[in-house]
This record gives sequence, C-alpha cells and structure tokens, in this order.
Amino acid sequence: MLDASSRFPALPATPGVGYKPQHFNDIVENPGTVGWLEIHAENYMGDGGRPLAQLRALAERFPISVHGVGLSIGGETPLDPDHLARLKHLIGWLNPASFSEHLAWSTHESAFLNDLLPLPYTEDTLARVCAHIDQVQEALDRPMLLENPSSYLAFAESTWSEPDFLREVSRRTGCGLLLDVNNVFVSATNLAYDPRSYINDFPLDAVGEIHLGGHDEDEDEHGAPLLIDSHGAPIVDPVWALLDHTLALSGPRPVLIEWDNDVPAWPELESEAARAADALSKVPA
Amino acid sequence: MSRQSAFRAAILDAERPAPPDLQDGLGRSATKRFNVYRNNVAVSLTEALEASFPATARLLGDENFRSVAGRFLRSSPPESPLMMHYGAGFPDFLASLDALAAKGYLADVAHLEQALRAAYHAADHAPIAPDALAHIAPEDLPETRFGFAPAVCLLGSEWPLLSIYRLALDPKAPKPRAETQSVLVARTGYDPLPHLLPPGGLTFATALMAGQTLGDAAETAAEASPDFDLSTCLACLLSAEAITAILP
Repeated sequence: MLDASSRFPALPATPGVGYKPQHFNDIVENPGTVGWLEIHAENYMGDGGRPLAQLRALAERFPISVHGVGLSIGGETPLDPDHLARLKHLIGWLNPASFSEHLAWSTHESAFLNDLLPLPYTEDTLARVCAHIDQVQEALDRPMLLENPSSYLAFAESTWSEPDFLREVSRRTGCGLLLDVNNVFVSATNLAYDPRSYINDFPLDAVGEIHLGGHDEDEDEHGAPLLIDSHGAPIVDPVWALLDHTLALSGPRPVLIEWDNDVPAWPELESEAARAADALSKVPA
Repeated sequence: MSRQSAFRAAILDAERPAPPDLQDGLGRSATKRFNVYRNNVAVSLTEALEASFPATARLLGDENFRSVAGRFLRSSPPESPLMMHYGAGFPDFLASLDALAAKGYLADVAHLEQALRAAYHAADHAPIAPDALAHIAPEDLPETRFGFAPAVCLLGSEWPLLSIYRLALDPKAPKPRAETQSVLVARTGYDPLPHLLPPGGLTFATALMAGQTLGDAAETAAEASPDFDLSTCLACLLSAEAITAILP
C-alpha cells in the first residue's frame, strides 16, 4: 500500500505531461520542468505487471493526476457499477493528487465506443450529469474535475452555453473543472465563436487543471474549417496564445501537455512542457 | 429511440444516416462533422486491435486486417472501457470466417497474442528457485504438486505456431518447418514470453495445472508422447518462471 497523501496532496502549478511507458527512464532521469504526471485510469486497472509497477515507482517521485476516459458521465444509462468499483480501487491505493473525467458519454447499451461523444446542453442533461458526478464523488470520497469537450457539431435543442452549463454543474455538485484550452480553440473554430469570449465567460475560479494538446485540420461539406482533437501533434501558436490569455485571468494553474498518438521522443515532449513553464513564469502568483 | 441509441447505431453502421438535429455553428447540416465520431471510433478500435495483435495483422496484410477488424468491431464493440481486454473474442472471430479458412494458423497466432497480452497485465508472481526441486527428497517427488503463475497459458496447435509468429514479426527469423508446435506463455519478470514446449510438454503441463501430481502428469505425458522427457519439460517450466509454488 502506498500513501502519497502527505507527500503530494495537490497538483503543483507547474507543467505536467501525459505519461507514456516509453518515457519512463527519461522522466526519472531528466524530468526537466515537468513537475507531475497524468495517467489514464483505464490503463492501470489490470491485475499486475509492468504498468502498475511503473505507476508505483512514479508515484513515489511525482504527484499523479488520474484522468478517466471510460466513466461515461453523460450517459443516458446508469454508471457501470463494475467500472466505478475499479476506479474506487485505483484511487484508493494510489491516492492521487487529482481525479478528472469528461463532459461526454462513451457507453450505451453495453457498448463502450472508445470516444468522447457529445451532449446537448439541456436541463435533462444537466440533471443527469450532476447525478452521476454526485455518485462518483460519493464513491471516491473526494471532489473530481470535469473537462470541457472538443466539439465538432452542435445540437439544435441545446439551451445552455457550455461555460454556463459547466458553471452550473460545478455549483450544484461542488466539482472542480478541467479547462482544456486546445478543446476551446477546436470547439470555437468548429462552431464559429470567439475562443477568448469563451474563456472570459468560463468559471475560472473552479479550474483545478489546464490541458493543452495538438489537433488536426480538415474542413466540412460547406468548406468550413473542421479541427479534430488528435493529441498527435505539437501545440499550435494560437493555442499557446489562448493559454496566455487564460493564465492572465486565472493565475497560475497546473498545465498538462497531452500527446497520446504519434508520441514523440522525450526531448520534444519536454520542450513543450518547457514552453508551458515559460507561460506560467510570466503570470503573477 | 433515445438520442444515444440513435447515435450508437449510426456510429457502428455507416449505411445509416447521421442522427437528426445535429448542426454546425451556423445551423447548417453536420454530416461530415458526425463522421468525425464514426471515424474516431473505427480508427481507435482498429488501432487497439492492431496494437494487441501485431503478428496477426502482419500475416493478414494492412488492407485485409483493417477490413476484418472493421467487421469485428461492428459486430463486437467493446463491452468495457478497459481496452487491455478488447479483442479477447478476436481469435475465435477469425476462426469463424470462411474467407480465412485457408489460413488456419491465423486464429492460433491470434490466440498466442491474446495470451501474451493477458500475461502482460496478469497479477505479479514470485517463481520458485531454479534448484527448488533439488531440496525435495527423491521419494517425495512423484507426489509433488505445483502452483502456477497467473500469467501462464498453454497453447496447442496443428501448425508450427511459434515459428510462424516469430517470422511474422521478424523477417530474419528461421522459416517455419512442417511440424506442430505447442507453446507455453509465461512472464519473466514483467516481460511476457512465448516458449516452445518440448515433446509431451503440453500434456504434462496441462496435467500439472489441473492439479495432478508430478508422477501422474509424467505418466500421462509419456503415454501421449514417446519422446517425452521429464527433466527437459521441468527445466522448461522452471526457466520460464511458470511455477510459483510447491504444494504439499
């Protein structure tokens, strides 16, 4: 049993990276500006082996953020009790500095679709999401963070703006928010609104973590730009500028570099983290 | 049909139209936007299968693998968010395809890769010392039983399974010969490894894992295979870190 609670009670306002097993030795020997690590919960729910051994070793040295991709918080059907139990087990022995999940759904009628699928922002969705978050926070006995999604499309029936919807979820459940600045840029481009206005409207006091990542560029059948959240490329300059805009309003926050596909060698990932450290260093505490 | 039922159905069936009431930011149609989700699901699940079944994918070729994986993921989407388990039914799915009947070894290779993946995530084990058997009185040996590591899996095949698997991943590996091969999958430390079982080894190890004594398992194996050699088979199990306990 590992008790990291006294060592790392919270994520520091420094850069972190999404942990990839191929970087284990580099991270231990040369973390550079990286002060914490994020793991995907579902990759550490096996019975044993190297993934859990590496996680135990890393948790001795770094604050860990557990980021779930499989709870289906926005699902129309009840949360999967088996999955919630697995999550409770992981959070229980690891005692991470943070746990976060997504404003999205992924499981329906016993199929897990392995993607973060979109929700209409209605009263029904709000009630369901809040009930599920209450259930998770009660099971885990800790507050969680909820992340804003990348949007490719909108629902005619939505009656809430996304920042207002997330503010209300946070107000009703007491959960914190994870602000993915790349997702804001992707969604704003795709749905033709101003990303800075979104950030200005966002309840930044509730933000416990910021995400940054790369995206791909395409266009839709009308010739309009269609950005796709790929986590497989360097972060583009307009997203770095949006981070500066965000940090100037929010103050320093833990900033994560997410790079999940076509993962680069450690020096390239670490240089993205160093750029985030620069951005953080310009912000008055 | 609920919104998510309609979404789920359209994601898994490209012949269906996109669900209604989806739009872009200006209230226009959003067909291509919906297709981003269709594509994300198909590509991410295909890549998950390819990562878990790399030799199977090489043997099929890129185009065939993507086609077979696409059929599999539509008929058997994941039942749990643990992608480390996704595709456990893929080997049997391959065996059921008439189009692949001429490649009978494919399903066996997929079963081997499934066993290697399961071993990677299996509970940790502490193997007995290589000389542990030397400390047992000779008269007690025939009545000895063994406990096995959670990672251990035995695979019989009518094909040169291990040679086909190795050649698929390494073009410089020796060419398979016309023979049958049985394989032991176990974990050395944290590394899952396949081991070629000596003659009679499959029968022997299967009997031991079923709880038979060393004496009974050796007798069963000798009857099944005239070339069975007890010390060779025991050495294989010990060096593979398959045995974790000597049971009274």
